[in-house]
Amino acid sequence: MAAEPIQGAEVPAVPFLVIGADASAHLVGTRCQGCGVTIPGKRCVCMACGARSGLEPIRLTEQGRLYSFTVVHRSFPGVKTPFVAAIVNLDGGGTLKGTLVGVAPDPHALPYDMPVKVVYRDSGQKAADGSPFLAYYFVPSPGDQT
Amino acid sequence: MTEAYIVGIDMIAFGRYPGRTVAELGAEAALLALDDAGLGIRDMQALYCGNLLEAHLMVGQRILREIGLTGIPVVNTANACATGATAFREGLIAVKAGLHDLVLVVGVEQMGSGLLGASSRPDGFVEEGVLGSSTMPAMFAQIGVEHARKYGTTFEQFARVAVKNHHHSTMNTKAMSRRETPLREVMESEMISWPNTKLMCSINVDGAAAAVIASRSVAKRLGLLGRAVRVRASEMTSGPYTPQEFAIPDFNQVTRNCARAAYEGAGLGPEDLDLVELHDCFATAELIHYENLGLCPDGDAGRMIDAGETALGGRIPVNVSGGLLSKGHPLGATGIANLYEVATHLRGAAGTRQVEAARIGLTHVVGGSPGRGSACVVHILEKA
Repeated sequence: MAAEPIQGAEVPAVPFLVIGADASAHLVGTRCQGCGVTIPGKRCVCMACGARSGLEPIRLTEQGRLYSFTVVHRSFPGVKTPFVAAIVNLDGGGTLKGTLVGVAPDPHALPYDMPVKVVYRDSGQKAADGSPFLAYYFVPSPGDQT
Repeated sequence: MTEAYIVGIDMIAFGRYPGRTVAELGAEAALLALDDAGLGIRDMQALYCGNLLEAHLMVGQRILREIGLTGIPVVNTANACATGATAFREGLIAVKAGLHDLVLVVGVEQMGSGLLGASSRPDGFVEEGVLGSSTMPAMFAQIGVEHARKYGTTFEQFARVAVKNHHHSTMNTKAMSRRETPLREVMESEMISWPNTKLMCSINVDGAAAAVIASRSVAKRLGLLGRAVRVRASEMTSGPYTPQEFAIPDFNQVTRNCARAAYEGAGLGPEDLDLVELHDCFATAELIHYENLGLCPDGDAGRMIDAGETALGGRIPVNVSGGLLSKGHPLGATGIANLYEVATHLRGAAGTRQVEAARIGLTHVVGGSPGRGSACVVHILEKA
C-alpha cells in the first residue's frame, strides 16, 4: 500500500519529475538500448522504434542548450506575461519544453544554443490538499559555456 | 480502384454565427454542395462529417435531421486541424473502393473567439507559463524560430506572409477579414508570441464547407464530368518520431512524408502545380511549408516570399483564398474549404483572384498539440 502523502509536502508538477525521500528533485527518462534515443519519463515501449525490451530507466541531464523559443505576450487569462517559452535539448539526450527564467524576455537577447540548466522551484500553485506543485524551469548557465 | 471526382463543392462565408448551431451551419454547406452538383440528399449513399469541438455529439446525424433523415451510414471524424480533410478522404476511399458511388462530405465548426488550448489539468495545475507555453501561436512561433535559427529567416519575412494573404482576401467575399494590411501594420500589431503578431495569427471563426464525391462511372452517367474535379492524390500521415517530439509536435516531417506520398501517388512533382492552399494557421507556418511541400529548396522560403513568388501572379500562388490568416480557421471546415478554393480555380470560376489557366492544385492541412502528436492530409486535384 502506498504511503499517505505528507501534508504540505511538494508534489511534482509533471510525472517525470521525481522528488526523493530527502526532498531533492530530479528528472527521469528512458533510454532505448535498441535505437539509442532518450525520452523523458518512464516508458515500457520505445516511442521511436517500438522496442518492448531494453528500455533503461535513466536520470535526465540537467544541462542543456536552447534549441528554440518564443516570447509569449498573450496567453490564457490569469497567466502572467511576457515569458520565454523555451525548447531545450538536454546534453545527455531528450528535449523538454519549459519556461526560461532569469533572462530578459527579449528575442534579440536569446542566442541559439545558449547553455541553460534545469532548476526546481515552487510553481506558486497548490494541489487540492494544499501541497505546493514543484516544477522545473530553465535558467542561463553561462559557466557551462564550452 | 475507380477514379473519384468532386462533382459538387461549396462553403458558406466564414464568420461569426453565434445564433446558429453547428448542425445548421453544416446543413447549409451540405445543401450548397448538393445544389452545386445538381443532386439531392436522396442521391447520397453515405455522409462523412468532420467536426472537432463537438466530436462526441453526432454532428453528421444532426445535419441529416436538418436536410433529410435518409438512414444512410454516417461517419463522424475528429483529427485536429486535419478533421475536415480526414472526412473528405474517408469518403473518397469509400468511393474509390467501390463501396459507394456518391457520397456527401461536410466539415463544420463553431469556434468562439480567443486562444485555443486547454488552460488547466484535472489536478488543477496550470502548465501555461510554468512549463513554457502550449498556446497555438506560441507553438508555431517556436517552429518559426527554429527556421530562423537554421536559415536566418527574419520577422519581416514572416510578416510578409500576412501582407500577401490579407491582400488575397480582398478578392474573396467568403473570407472573414477582407482588407489590406501593409507590412508596417502587420509588424506593429499586437505581439502575441514572437514573431507572430495578431495579424499573423489565423482567425477563430465559424464556418462550414461541403463536397459531393462521385465515382467516374456515375459522374459520367449523370453528365457531371464537365465541371468535375479529379482527385489525383489523397494522403494522410501522423507525426513520426522526432528528437523534439516530447517537447513540440512535429509539423515538418509529417508534412514532408505526406507530400512525398501524394506526389508519388499522383505521378507529379511540385513543379507541376498551378496553385497551393496550405495550412497557414500562423504566418510562420506558411514559410516552413513552402519547403515541406517542396515548393522551394530548404532554406529558400524567405527569399521566395520576398520575391513575391507565392503571390497571385507569381510563380506558384499560395493561399489566394486569403488563407486561414484572413479567411479564418474553423477547424473542421478548413480541410474542405481549401479543396473548394482549389476546385473553384480549376473550374475557372474564381473571379478576380483566378489563377490563370489553373489545371493542377494542392491542398494541405496539418494540426497537432504538444504531448499529443500531429496529423497531416494532402490532396492533389486536377481539372477533369
